[in-house]
Amino acid sequence: MTTIHLEETPHLTYVLRLADSALVLSHRLSEWCGHAPMLEEDLALTNIALDLLGQARLLYEHAAALEGHGRSEDDLAYLRDAPQFKNLLICELPRGDFAFTVVRQTLVSAFFHPFWQLARSSTDRTLVAIAEKAEKEVAYHLRHAGAWLVRLGDGTEESRRRTLEALDTLWPYTGELFEVDEVGEAMIEAGIGPDPASIRPVFEDTLDRLFAEADLPRPAPTWMQTGGLRGVHTEHLGHMLAVMQHLPRAYPGARW
Amino acid sequence: MSTVALDRLDRAIEAVSAVPDPEIPVVTIADLGMVRAVRLAADGAVEVDLTPTYTGCPATRLIAEEVRAALAAAGLGEARVNLVLSPAWTTDWITPEGRAALRRYGIAPPPRRGDPDAPVPCPRCGSTETEEISRFGSTPCKALWRCRTCREPFDRFKCL
Repeated sequence: MTTIHLEETPHLTYVLRLADSALVLSHRLSEWCGHAPMLEEDLALTNIALDLLGQARLLYEHAAALEGHGRSEDDLAYLRDAPQFKNLLICELPRGDFAFTVVRQTLVSAFFHPFWQLARSSTDRTLVAIAEKAEKEVAYHLRHAGAWLVRLGDGTEESRRRTLEALDTLWPYTGELFEVDEVGEAMIEAGIGPDPASIRPVFEDTLDRLFAEADLPRPAPTWMQTGGLRGVHTEHLGHMLAVMQHLPRAYPGARW
Repeated sequence: MSTVALDRLDRAIEAVSAVPDPEIPVVTIADLGMVRAVRLAADGAVEVDLTPTYTGCPATRLIAEEVRAALAAAGLGEARVNLVLSPAWTTDWITPEGRAALRRYGIAPPPRRGDPDAPVPCPRCGSTETEEISRFGSTPCKALWRCRTCREPFDRFKCL
């Protein structure tokens, strides 16, 4: 089925970024289904994936309403190509090993928990409603991922080695969480989106506490990756979308 | 409102309130606190506001369909079901009857005024010598626990 092109306004782009990040990370987590190191984690990771999928659906519905061309959440998720996706790069990296998944979920949740807390006072009423729900869900994800970070970081030699490796790989992708471009600026100005600068102290506090408990060193400042918000992605996103979008693209209008 | 309309509204509330949760059929959606409003629209149609428990809960769509079906079966015609996200659903909205039904069914109800670290009594023997096995369970709303006194594993409704 042919790719759709949205008429993007800053507001629409902003909501799409949030929706795409939630969907892409949800998909990465769902790849653990049947592969997690133990049954409890299989349940946990797929449950977190389900929460994020729920958030993505609400955000896509909101984006579709903002565009006003009668598109559905499925159109937005399945009929756009990689350069049209505006997700954070950290969300699209392949799932890696369990330590990688735990470190990523900790970093992303440590950002999105205060993000959604602040978004509850957005001037966008729909975003407020989504934030009220998402804030509680992400708090739970952070508790879970953080507990595993401590267990792995302060665990065996092998778990610690893998956790450090994951942290090393993922840290350069945390800069994008705080990136503010013209879209971000317009949203802060309009009171729609929270200013990432006010999220940073909470993010840092959470990580300082967890790193201390996990006996992990604080990653050194480094060069930060960027691009996802503008649709410039790693080579991994296209492969992921090929799997995720295959069915609705190959069988347009399929229902299940 | 005319008595005919009032009667129609009463029947609608009754029908909606009796719809069981598809995943925990011992409680109704009213017990869970998901029903925010039932009203008669200007065109006479029944309108229902539901608050989903979890944004990704796959049962939400099914529940909306079952509400429509229950109203149709009660002879109240085509109903409209709105999903209302704000204010967000909280486990505090589960009614005392709902909590009792959950406990009888073997699911530890969430504590009121959500202290997630409050002791969790075993729904079978009442002992508070219990421990979490898994923070996530068979549905988005439950976690897996175990009683150290009677040795039974049990589901606990997550505190939200």
